[in-house]
Amino acid sequence: MAVTDGPLVLGIETSCDETGVGIVRGHTLLADAVASSVEEHARFGGVVPEVASRAHLEAMVPTIERACETAGIKLYEVDAVAVTSGPGLAGALLVGVAAAKALALGLGKPLYGVNHLASHVAVDQLEHGPLPEPCVAMLVSGGHSSLLKVSDVTTGVEPLGATIDDAAGEAFDKVARLLGLPFPGGPHVDRAARSGSSVAIDFPRGLTSGRDLERHRFDFSFSGLKTAVARWVEARERSGEPVPVADVAASFQEAVCDVLTRKAVDAAVRHGIDDILIGGGVAANSRLRVLAEERAAAKGIRVRVPRPGLCTDNGAMVAALGSELVARGRRPSALDLPADSSLPVTTVVV
Amino acid sequence: MLLAFDTATPAVTVALFDGERVVAERTMVDAMRHGELLAPEIAAVLDEAGLVRQDLTALAVGVGPGPFTGLRVGLVTARTLASVLEIPVYGVCTLDVLAAAAVDDGTVAGPFHVATDARRKEVYWASYDAEGRRLDGPEVVKPATVATDGPVVGRGALLYPDAFPDARGPEHPSAAVLARVVADERAELLDPEPLYLRRPDIAEPHKPKRVS
Ligand SMILES: [Zn+2]
Repeated sequence: MAVTDGPLVLGIETSCDETGVGIVRGHTLLADAVASSVEEHARFGGVVPEVASRAHLEAMVPTIERACETAGIKLYEVDAVAVTSGPGLAGALLVGVAAAKALALGLGKPLYGVNHLASHVAVDQLEHGPLPEPCVAMLVSGGHSSLLKVSDVTTGVEPLGATIDDAAGEAFDKVARLLGLPFPGGPHVDRAARSGSSVAIDFPRGLTSGRDLERHRFDFSFSGLKTAVARWVEARERSGEPVPVADVAASFQEAVCDVLTRKAVDAAVRHGIDDILIGGGVAANSRLRVLAEERAAAKGIRVRVPRPGLCTDNGAMVAALGSELVARGRRPSALDLPADSSLPVTTVVV
Repeated sequence: MLLAFDTATPAVTVALFDGERVVAERTMVDAMRHGELLAPEIAAVLDEAGLVRQDLTALAVGVGPGPFTGLRVGLVTARTLASVLEIPVYGVCTLDVLAAAAVDDGTVAGPFHVATDARRKEVYWASYDAEGRRLDGPEVVKPATVATDGPVVGRGALLYPDAFPDARGPEHPSAAVLARVVADERAELLDPEPLYLRRPDIAEPHKPKRVS
């Protein structure tokens, strides 16, 4: 079936270790090519910025070509180019931004330098159609943990809360290391947790006490939880008892998901919003999805979560936001567009 | 029409060469803004020459050695432009371009060296004969280990006068010279692969720190 509705947009994402190139037509996903350097980082237990930047340079043109091939389009047919301008790793962002400029220049087409977080929101329209606006977006990954109020994904993104220390995905990585599970930790903790008990150990829920809620109602903190898990595991090791990996994983995961979903639902209720949208790598967590739906349903709130492949960083999400910017007639970026590693979430287009 | 650019030093330099002469050239020196400057400069030289992107038939790019972030801006721009315009891209060692400029300007007569800033108190270094043919290098070295009274071209010489008292010639490479070097095949033409000369700084992680 040939899709002819809406602008044909190519999106580039290089904010961390994935080189993503996506192609969409309107709300239809045509290609989502991703080259990941995750294996090169695995033995370091985290992403090494220079290794990621080098990998982006090598992967860029082949990934663009692969995306065009999958989409069955020629580059010259593209109506606009979108690229993650920030936030993210400065050196990594710069490779994507420079490539996008070269594409825009070479094609004579408009360029949109966009916010990575807004792209995580926009991607859902590729799977579930037009975005519910307003919605509360909860974005959770190794790099971000934020609650946003989205009234218009192209102009109106307002932060409600964010992590005050570690990102949720970072906590998963650190706990995975404590338990001897591989990097990235998210999927491995999720798998280990399936055979464990989520109530075996009562790990702390950060920023949920009465006093904390006064100042940090919609903020997160995962650093204390991570330390509590480390203490618990060390005590076990000291006493010579085996560490029940599955129970620790399940109880830790429950603590994270409990706080995330509680605050997301609270935010929606507080702002009178009927839809919650979850994105970012941690959105792929099986427990988070189940718990979010359960708690939201109890308040008559709908939850939308894109499929796992669209939750992690990818080019399709950037293309999706680009397509929306074109459709809503937003002004493109200039060719001197910078890569901004700390781009505020309120800036959707640079 | 050949479009040439180099981002391996603090200079972002762009030129258009029509086979006989340089028809437009722009250079800005700002070590922190390669990513912002390059694309507008390319657009500006095309405008200035009254040309459009479809007029380009080949690209030339400096492949370093140079500080990684800036270097990659030039290389990913060259590779992507070459791919979308379906034209060839030729890489040239950035130090070779400085060497050619020094020979053409007559600032050197006999054998000489080229040194650019590698940061961390080191230089990118190569040695040339009187015609500007590379004899040795490029490598990344501490100035003291290659100190010489002989002529040294490039910003690296100016930064370390104790090691290199006889600084000569241009500080930064020029895309106009790069274009001529490629057109005349005066230097080895390379694939557009970065000459990093250094491995990324990475340390194997320690065991998780104990918290109790
Ligand atoms: Zn992300």
